Amino acid sequence: MSRAKADEDDYWNSSKFTLAFTFDEEDDDYTRLKESKKAVNSISALADEDDDDDDVEKVSWSGEPVGSISWSVKETASKLRPAGDSRELGFPKISASPSLPKNNSVYSLSSLFKGTAQYSTLDTPARHYAPELRKPKCEYKDYISNWSPQETILKMQQGKDKMLLLDKAVDGHDGNIITAVGLPHFPHRHQNHLFDFIDVLFRELVGRETALRHYIHYLKESGEQKVLLDLFRSELLQYKHHLTITDENKRRDFLKTCLGLPFSPEDSLHVQDHYTLLERQIIIEENDKQVERTGQSDVFKRFPRKASILNMPLITTLYYSCFYHYSEPEGTYSSPANIRRTFKLAEKQYFLTALAARAKLKAWTDVDSLFTTRNWLGFTKKKSPVAFQRVLDILHKNNAPVQVLEVYVNLLEDLELKINMAHKFKCHDVIINTYRDTKDKKQLLGYQKKFDMSSAEHKKIADVLNNSQIRWKN
Amino acid sequence: MSPHATRRVFTSKGQTDGCSPPLSLIPMAQSIRRDSPELPDFSLLKRLARDQLIYLLEQLPGRKDLFIDADLMSPLDRIANVSTLKQHEVDKLYKVEYKPIVSTSDQLCFLIRPRLQSVKWICDVVNADKAAGKFRRYKLIFTPQKFYACENVLEEQGIFGDVTTDEWGFHLLPLDDDIISLELPEFFRDYFLDGNQRWVRTAGCVLHLLHSLYGPFSKVYGIGRCSKMAYESWREQVEEGEQKGRDGEIGSVFLFDRDVDYVTPMCSQVVYEGLVDDIFRIKCGCVEFGPEVTSSDKSLKVMLNSQDKVFNQIRNEHFSNVFGFLSQKAKNLQTAYDKRCGMDIKQIKTFVSEELKGLKQEHRLLSLHIGASESMMKKKTKQEFQELLKTEHSLLEGFDIRECITFIEEHINRQCSMIESLRLLCLLSLTENGLLSKDYKSMKAQYLQSYGVDHLPTFANLKQLGILVEQPTGETLTAMENKVGKLVNDRAAGKLTDAFSSLAKKSHFRALSRRLNLVPKSDEEYDLRVPKDMAYIFSGAYVPLSCKLIEQVLERDGWTGLEEVTRLLNGQEFAASGCSEADGKARSDTQRTILVMFLGGCTFSEISALRFLGKEKGYKFIIVTTAITNSARLIEALLDNRA
Repeated sequence: MSRAKADEDDYWNSSKFTLAFTFDEEDDDYTRLKESKKAVNSISALADEDDDDDDVEKVSWSGEPVGSISWSVKETASKLRPAGDSRELGFPKISASPSLPKNNSVYSLSSLFKGTAQYSTLDTPARHYAPELRKPKCEYKDYISNWSPQETILKMQQGKDKMLLLDKAVDGHDGNIITAVGLPHFPHRHQNHLFDFIDVLFRELVGRETALRHYIHYLKESGEQKVLLDLFRSELLQYKHHLTITDENKRRDFLKTCLGLPFSPEDSLHVQDHYTLLERQIIIEENDKQVERTGQSDVFKRFPRKASILNMPLITTLYYSCFYHYSEPEGTYSSPANIRRTFKLAEKQYFLTALAARAKLKAWTDVDSLFTTRNWLGFTKKKSPVAFQRVLDILHKNNAPVQVLEVYVNLLEDLELKINMAHKFKCHDVIINTYRDTKDKKQLLGYQKKFDMSSAEHKKIADVLNNSQIRWKN
Repeated sequence: MSPHATRRVFTSKGQTDGCSPPLSLIPMAQSIRRDSPELPDFSLLKRLARDQLIYLLEQLPGRKDLFIDADLMSPLDRIANVSTLKQHEVDKLYKVEYKPIVSTSDQLCFLIRPRLQSVKWICDVVNADKAAGKFRRYKLIFTPQKFYACENVLEEQGIFGDVTTDEWGFHLLPLDDDIISLELPEFFRDYFLDGNQRWVRTAGCVLHLLHSLYGPFSKVYGIGRCSKMAYESWREQVEEGEQKGRDGEIGSVFLFDRDVDYVTPMCSQVVYEGLVDDIFRIKCGCVEFGPEVTSSDKSLKVMLNSQDKVFNQIRNEHFSNVFGFLSQKAKNLQTAYDKRCGMDIKQIKTFVSEELKGLKQEHRLLSLHIGASESMMKKKTKQEFQELLKTEHSLLEGFDIRECITFIEEHINRQCSMIESLRLLCLLSLTENGLLSKDYKSMKAQYLQSYGVDHLPTFANLKQLGILVEQPTGETLTAMENKVGKLVNDRAAGKLTDAFSSLAKKSHFRALSRRLNLVPKSDEEYDLRVPKDMAYIFSGAYVPLSCKLIEQVLERDGWTGLEEVTRLLNGQEFAASGCSEADGKARSDTQRTILVMFLGGCTFSEISALRFLGKEKGYKFIIVTTAITNSARLIEALLDNRA
């Protein structure tokens, strides 16, 4: 069974999906809710008479309950900011050399495997009055309890057992340990060493995917993107690096270097498009900034740009160009036609974007000509790659006048839909004409009641009703 | 498709007459066989966490400033307050913001999740102090546990000797009577995308904790690789002879991996609590209603749980039922207040002392939820919610897929919500077992054009997870099979991600749907006021796969008879008898108390469905989840378009 458009009414009315809820202003639910709101609000005077608000949580201006931790944190933060002192304090630059030389660090491998070793060294009176019950239950057993620390170190020093240890860790399903076991062999600052390690890992890769993934995650989390990049030469990771470059020219140049990366054929096209787009955005931006500053163009004066076009998606760029550069010849980078052709945009994409941009500007003639096609005999016809209902939606959201909406309401083929839309947008002529065409006197009479005796609509309906040529069906 | 031509859509009887009884009076199910058992008291978990924290704070005697990870603030608020902290000599509270600090205290305490970024920041703080010749004591409290990787950073930065570290085992936060959260949203991405198992042991600890407090469990069922590992991790932690002969408060346990069912969390939520979460985002059991809801100039934070009497009655209801309920409530309230009019002094006195407080409370809650409903309706009109739902339902049913694709395409072309577009694409892929190659390529291209090529890595993530994929052609299949083998020899190639993605799950939604009858027949009426099955949470269009599996396994007391289903779900199911045998009648209540643990998150809709199932079958479900999730959170966790 295929649910054709004609079945739609059925679908919405009575199918098992007695589901959804409509939200038109006239909707019962909506009205009911409004009534309830009114009712509830009307009692508020009553309820506020008494002052005992003890059942109401005390909240601060920010809405946080007073006394809550979030509230208190905000309090400290606001107190801390003395007026006028908003400059960011940077960390003082100090020499990177750690205070404790690594080779005699207190942090030995054995402590690595003895998770409990560093538990509170401060023996304080506090301990005595803290009942034993409140002590955190130390669930930490030695993970590799079968081995003494010495044994463990020995095993780790004998490189050949690395993998054994790793496998044991993986069997234990504890990611913390998997990473820890690998860490000493994980000299992420010394690449040669790292390659050795990865070499081993790769050779043993089958069945060790889990461990490998932990290392990748570790490198990612510690921000060692560069190592990862070099290591796996992952094209996507490399490409992602562009996000950290703020200067648009440098970013463009970086994207250019990405073009040579071994992307899949389709992704490689996307990256190429990205590069081309940014290249053009830079040109457009420079030019438009100039135009805006010198006040040469009317549209920039009427609608000052809210943001730069740099790094915006392609469709946003097209919208921008339809907004500010609509009538430009195809030869310029900023013209919509040029963008459409360069990036091979589909008709629908172009159409929806242009429609939204021109409607926003209330350029109704441009809107109209978007739909107009001429056949070889020279007749014009209105055509749209999307449903006219969607078109109406967009126009209505942009506050199109009734005269404009009317044109497209008339193009709706489904009679019922047409009437509904006409009611929604108050296209009186369409409604009157439709009732006339369907010879529905009853509806027409009902509709007439909505208007003043003196109004044009009232008169028009009267004229139709008086027309003796029409054979009313009711 | 016409949202405006749809007129009245909700047509069930009794809706329009205005005098229908309040919902609370209508039993959810026609026949309730047994009463559901009482829930165990989970406030114990809060007390334990608080006492542990106090103990840890006392380990650093004297006045100290406390720095708290941003995402720990709300959970902390649920178990302690400022005065608790002050009593234990905490002076000032700060949020961890990765900026230099301004504290003057000579003792600093950091309450953080075990993240390298936070530890690196603390190292910066300590090193800055050193450079300035300032001496302080530092204490790092990791919760729920510390990772070696964090300590490794301390060592690398040369400050291991300058700080003390501790662990605060704050594993579980009860959000409501029947919801307990680990508050670990990163669990999902860490495990399912990056393949990192560091939280697996945490999950094991959680089981261990619940088992020692409320066990022993009689049966453990589960499905998914992570569930299996969590189960094993827990078993390792259980000591021999532990709690013999005790009466447990929890019967069976069901462990569930999120990747077994991605379809359900990708659907729009239409049950009240879920809808509130989708629109306003409930954080840690608390929602912030903006001025548009409170009809005042300030926002209000509101706790949403069973303590809120109004909310408790509507949370599990389909949204279309909520209006009727609220208006009836408003009328009742009016009547109750009106009673005052004809009263004498004495009666008014009684009224004020006995009823007024309750009425005022109800009044406050009622106006909040009415405001919220109103605001949700407005928001949903904007997004053409009806069309969206219709598309979702068609996808679930497998009808008019072309029309759905057109809808999604236009959604993308018009640059509607970036998350929503991705969600629809995922739902399409999940239900259709992948997109046709040409559709995939074209949709991906259009998406990148509308929302930025920066999303290329996002698509790689979705592919890796198997939730937005191209249907494999015969050729690519063999290539995939060779890939893992090839890797061993081909170390230079950056093909790791591809190899992993070949391990991603394949969706067999249609077959599962047929076998488990997830999509009810479309010619049947579905009265949402008297739901007949769990499908009501999706307007009668779809029974959530996750909950259906749980129902089936409980009914069959195992996986017998579900072989075909588990095969379609890529296996990994298990069932194990617990440590103790049930000794007959006394424990029958316990047997009907079932703990469901979602690894990777669950949605409010799923919780509502399980509550419904519980009422139907006389079970009481306790939901344990790594975090509350929804479609937006799932997708946001997979976005990769930021530096």
